Amino acid sequence: MNGKYRILLPVLSLTVLLAAVFYLQPRAMSYFGLNLLFNLAVPIALATIAQMMIIMVNDIDLSVGTFVSFVACVTATFLNDAPLIGVAILLASILAYAAIGALIHIRQLPAIVVTLGMSFVWGGLAVLLLPSPGGAAPAWIRTVMTVKPPLVPMAVVACILIAGLTHLLIMRSSTGTLLRAVGGNAQAVARSGWSVTKLKAGAYALAGVFGVLAGVCLVGLTTSADANIALRYTLLSIAGVILGGGEFTGGRVSPVGAVLGALTLALAGSFLSFMRLSPDWQIGAQGAILILVLAVRLIFSRRGRKWKGAENG
Amino acid sequence: MDNSRLSTVLAIPRRPWFWAFAASAIAYFATLSLTEGRGGGELLSAALTFASFSAIVGLGQMFVITLGPGNVDLSIPATMTLAGTLSLKFMDGAAALILPGLALALAVGIGAGIFNYLLIRLLRIPPIIATLSASFLYQSLAIWWNRGLRIKPPEALADFSTGSLAGLPNLTIIGVLIALMSWVVLERSLFGRWVSAFGQNTRAARLSGIPVETVRAVTYIASAVLASFTGYLLASFSGGAALNMGTEYLLISIAVVVIGGCSIAGGNSNVPGIWGGALLMFLVVSMLNSYGFGAGVRLIMTGAIIIAIVAAASGKGRSA
Repeated sequence: MNGKYRILLPVLSLTVLLAAVFYLQPRAMSYFGLNLLFNLAVPIALATIAQMMIIMVNDIDLSVGTFVSFVACVTATFLNDAPLIGVAILLASILAYAAIGALIHIRQLPAIVVTLGMSFVWGGLAVLLLPSPGGAAPAWIRTVMTVKPPLVPMAVVACILIAGLTHLLIMRSSTGTLLRAVGGNAQAVARSGWSVTKLKAGAYALAGVFGVLAGVCLVGLTTSADANIALRYTLLSIAGVILGGGEFTGGRVSPVGAVLGALTLALAGSFLSFMRLSPDWQIGAQGAILILVLAVRLIFSRRGRKWKGAENG
Repeated sequence: MDNSRLSTVLAIPRRPWFWAFAASAIAYFATLSLTEGRGGGELLSAALTFASFSAIVGLGQMFVITLGPGNVDLSIPATMTLAGTLSLKFMDGAAALILPGLALALAVGIGAGIFNYLLIRLLRIPPIIATLSASFLYQSLAIWWNRGLRIKPPEALADFSTGSLAGLPNLTIIGVLIALMSWVVLERSLFGRWVSAFGQNTRAARLSGIPVETVRAVTYIASAVLASFTGYLLASFSGGAALNMGTEYLLISIAVVVIGGCSIAGGNSNVPGIWGGALLMFLVVSMLNSYGFGAGVRLIMTGAIIIAIVAAASGKGRSA
C-alpha cells in the first residue's frame, strides 16, 4: 500500500460517516454542531498520535490510557494549585517515557509487557493523586479549549493543527525520517552510525509529550478529572492508528491518517447516538463500524500484499 | 551420574519459569511473616483457587502469543462474560442443565474463536484490532441477553466450584489438568511443533508443508474456548455472572504469559511458567494488601514487579 492509497481510506470513512451524521441530524451541519461533534476528539487525536510514535518504532504502548488519566489527574490538582510543581511532574513523566524507551531497547525487552507494567504504575499514581473524582481545570486551559475562532470551530482547527505539525515532524523532517527508519530496519540505522537507543528514547519521549497534551486538553474539556477518565484511550488509540492506514511493523505510519482515524472513531459514537440505537448495542455497533471500515481497507490493499498480510497478520 | 544430576539442579534457575515461582514463594512468605505463619493454608488455597482462573485464560493467551508478533487475543474478557451470562441464564439454577450449560458455554467459545479467526483471515484485519472489535460485539450481546440480571448458578455447580478434593480446590485440579494437557499438546504433539514453527518463521513453516492457516484457526478457537470455560467457572464460583467480570483478565492473561517466561516474539512457549505467573499475580496483590497498602501503591508495586521480572528474566539476544 503506497502513500497515496494509505490516506484514501481514512478520508473516505470519515466523509461517509460525517455525511451519515448530517443526513440524520441536519442541524449538526453548523459551527456549534461541528464543535459538539468533534470536541472530545481532540484529546483522542493527541493520544492516537502518541500511540503512533510508539508503533512507528515497531512497539506498542498499552499504557496510553492510564498515562493520559494520570496526566489529567496532575492537571486537575498540581497544575491548578501549584503550576511549577505541576509542570515539573509532567516533564518528569515525559523523561520517564524516554527512559522506558531506552530500557526496552538496551535490554531488548518486549514493549507490550513493559508498557503493560507501566500502565499499572501510571494507574496507581493516578489513584494516589485523586482517589475520588474531582480537582479543577486551570483557567488558562479552559480558555484555550473553549476559544471560538471565526468560521471554523476550535476542535476542527486543533485537529488540523495537530495533523499538520506532526506531518511536518514525522514525514518531512530528517529526525522523523530517522525515527521511521528505526521501525523499518533498526540494524541498518545502527550500522550507519546512529544510536538506536537515543532514537527510541526520542520516539518514546515524543509519545510522552503527546500523551501529556492529550491529558491537559481532556481536563480543559471536562473541567475535572478522575483516575479512570481515559482508560479506553489505549484501545481507541491503537484502533485509530490502524484505521489511519498505519501498520504494526516497518515504521509505516501516517500522522494525518492517525488524526483522521481518531476523528472517525469519535464520530462513530455520535453517529450511534443520533441513530437512536438501543444502548445495549452501542458498544457492539462501534465494533461493527470498526470491522466495516477495516474490511473496506481490503479493497485498497488487495494488490501486492497477498503474502505479506498473511505472514505478519 | 551425580554430576549430571547436579547440573540439572544448577540449570533450574536458568529456566524461564524459575523467576515466577521464586518471586511467588517470596511474596507468600513475606505475607506469612506478617501473621507469624498463621493462615498459611488458607492463603495457599485462595492463591491456588484464584490463580486457576488466570492460569486457564493465560494458557489460551499463550497459544495465541506463541504464534508470533502481533498475535494477541483481546476478546478474552468479553468471551468470558458472554459465556458466563449465557450459560447461567440458560441453566437458570436447574441442576439437570449443568452439563448442557457447560456445552453452551463451550459452544460460545467455539463460535467466538471462529468469528475472530474469520476476521483475521478473510478481512486480513491485524489480530489485535480484530479481536478488539469482536470483543465489542460480544460485550453488547452479553448486555442485551442478560439485561443486568444476576442469576444464581445451580447449587451443585456452585458447591463444586467452591469445593475441594483432598485439600486441593477443585478449580486448581481443573487448572492443572488443562495445563498438563496444554503441555502435552505443545511439547509432545505434532500440532505443538506446528504452533512453534508458525511463531518462529511463518514463511518457512508454510513452505515446509505445515497447514499454517489450520494452525492459526485452531489456536484462536482454543483461546476462546478456554476463555469461555473460565467464564463458566468464574460465574459459578462467584454466585452469578456480572457484565464486568472479565475486565481484569485482559491484562492478567497477557501478564501471566510474559511473567511465565514465554517469548512475546513468538515461537517459544512455557506451560509451567503460566501457573507461576498466575500465582505471582495473586500473591503479590494479597501481600501488598496485608501490609496495608492502598489501591494506588498496590498498582504501582504490581507494575514495578512485572517490569522487574521481565527485565531480570529475559536476558539479552531476544529479538522482539
